[in-house]
Amino acid sequence: MRSVILHGRAVVPGCVEGEALVSREPISGWGGIDPARGLITERRHELYGACFTGKILVFPSAKGSSGWAGFFQATRLSGTAPCGMIIGRISAKSALGAVVTRVPAITDLDADPCTVIATGDWLLLDNSTVEVTRR
Amino acid sequence: MFLTDDDKRMRDGAEGDAVAAAMDLLIRYGHALDAQRLCSVRNVAGTMTQPSPVKARLVAEGGWDKAFAVINLDSDLDLAIPPMRVPTCQLQHGFGQDSVGIVPYPRASVDLQLEAEAFYGRHGVAILATCTPYQVGNLPVRGEHCAWMESSAVIYANSVLGARTNCEGVASTGAASLTGRIPCWGNHRQESRRGTHLISVSGVSVESFQDWGMLGYFAGGVAGEDRPVITGSISRPDLTELKHFGAAAATSGGVELYHVPGITPEAPSVQAAFGPGGRVPSPVAYGPAERAAVYQTLNEIGSSADVDFVLLGCPHASLDQIRQAAALLEGKRLSAGTELWIMAPRALKVMADRSGSTAIIERAGGRVLADSCPAMSRAAPAGTRVFATDSAKQAHYLPAILGIEAWFGTLEECVRAAITGRWSGGLR
Repeated sequence: MRSVILHGRAVVPGCVEGEALVSREPISGWGGIDPARGLITERRHELYGACFTGKILVFPSAKGSSGWAGFFQATRLSGTAPCGMIIGRISAKSALGAVVTRVPAITDLDADPCTVIATGDWLLLDNSTVEVTRR
Repeated sequence: MFLTDDDKRMRDGAEGDAVAAAMDLLIRYGHALDAQRLCSVRNVAGTMTQPSPVKARLVAEGGWDKAFAVINLDSDLDLAIPPMRVPTCQLQHGFGQDSVGIVPYPRASVDLQLEAEAFYGRHGVAILATCTPYQVGNLPVRGEHCAWMESSAVIYANSVLGARTNCEGVASTGAASLTGRIPCWGNHRQESRRGTHLISVSGVSVESFQDWGMLGYFAGGVAGEDRPVITGSISRPDLTELKHFGAAAATSGGVELYHVPGITPEAPSVQAAFGPGGRVPSPVAYGPAERAAVYQTLNEIGSSADVDFVLLGCPHASLDQIRQAAALLEGKRLSAGTELWIMAPRALKVMADRSGSTAIIERAGGRVLADSCPAMSRAAPAGTRVFATDSAKQAHYLPAILGIEAWFGTLEECVRAAITGRWSGGLR
């Protein structure tokens, strides 16, 4: 097993480790996830049907409705939240979403996280760095 | 992040615990964005009254103060919610009492929302109950900093009115309503408002409501979360056409701001749209092939021509759109198996009632409904399998939300489908 370390900027400071769930496509909140079950529900999405609960969600950006953060807050209140977020390009939706989900989150990495990280990799988020261990 | 003395006073509790919680959220949010400071707003458009399972549970546990603390301030504390500090309005929400017996929608949600309206109304929230606050008196002026939700309203405020707002969320608008502050980031900053993509319309002429919607859907696909600039063979659009264009661009992409040189206020010229001395990118063409491809995409979910539901008014209809639908329905009768709903702001429905449009639509068997829409409330006529709409946004979202087929066409085609029960639209 080999590791790489990525450097970025903390969106929500904190330390967490977990398994990566990587989306190459932007994620929708409202109309895109089911907070009750922690699932991606957008039919045309590459992760349709995938469960993000307890995973570190790696995605390029947030898309769609302004209900994005509210839907991810609902995952926290329903016990189905991801345990961390790695965001390619930050926006008001994803920044607020990470804040109200209350999980460690990071952006502005020195390499494209959606390319460097694969689903199933083991990640250690520590404020502004991510240690990626291949699985 | 720089905080003013007033920000620090609010953070430290000088205005009470709820305001302190609001400022705490704004500081966490500002850090997440890497914002340099907050800016003042006195126009907030958010959502507090929309029913949801989580909200019902919180209200049962700790009342409306608890629901606002958790959902609108992201706070676990027991807070007494003070009056809104700055003018704040409620956007579209669930269906109301006038929908009972028409819309299959839980009575418990209607009742919960009535309670919410009473609570938040007392706290100073204007219950506009529409996705188009700019149609019913909330018109920020050029350069005014706002904190708005609702992607179709945000893009209208930024682009058509020249106001400044990011696409905010439930918690950030809640915090802004109690503090009058929001992170000064993104669309609030002049240098982040310049165009990024140039789209040139040629070989087709964009001049109808349908064509503006299709061009918007195309622009969102090209620009993603960035800022398209539209030139070429386009007519001078009106409010309804720009309402449709913006909603579509915010649906296919995440566009929050666009420029139409010579028409929208921050772009007197193409060069001005990209900033003084800014590089004007080579144009992306929108011609007959691109137009046909957008039409195809918006109609690819439909296969059955038996239409059992026609939906108009997304974003909420203007008075003129209601009148046009009434003119097409005058003296007609809907097909026995088809329903037609027009969604509108309640304030405009009152005027449609007074002007006689509602009576004409109802005599034909149609409905003018306020406050909500099928996508927000996940509700359509019982048994709906195929619907038709003149809205690119609803054609995009509703198949996924309700699992039904969609046809996208003109107002005339949609009304014809409601009368005949059959879809006979096509791109002209």
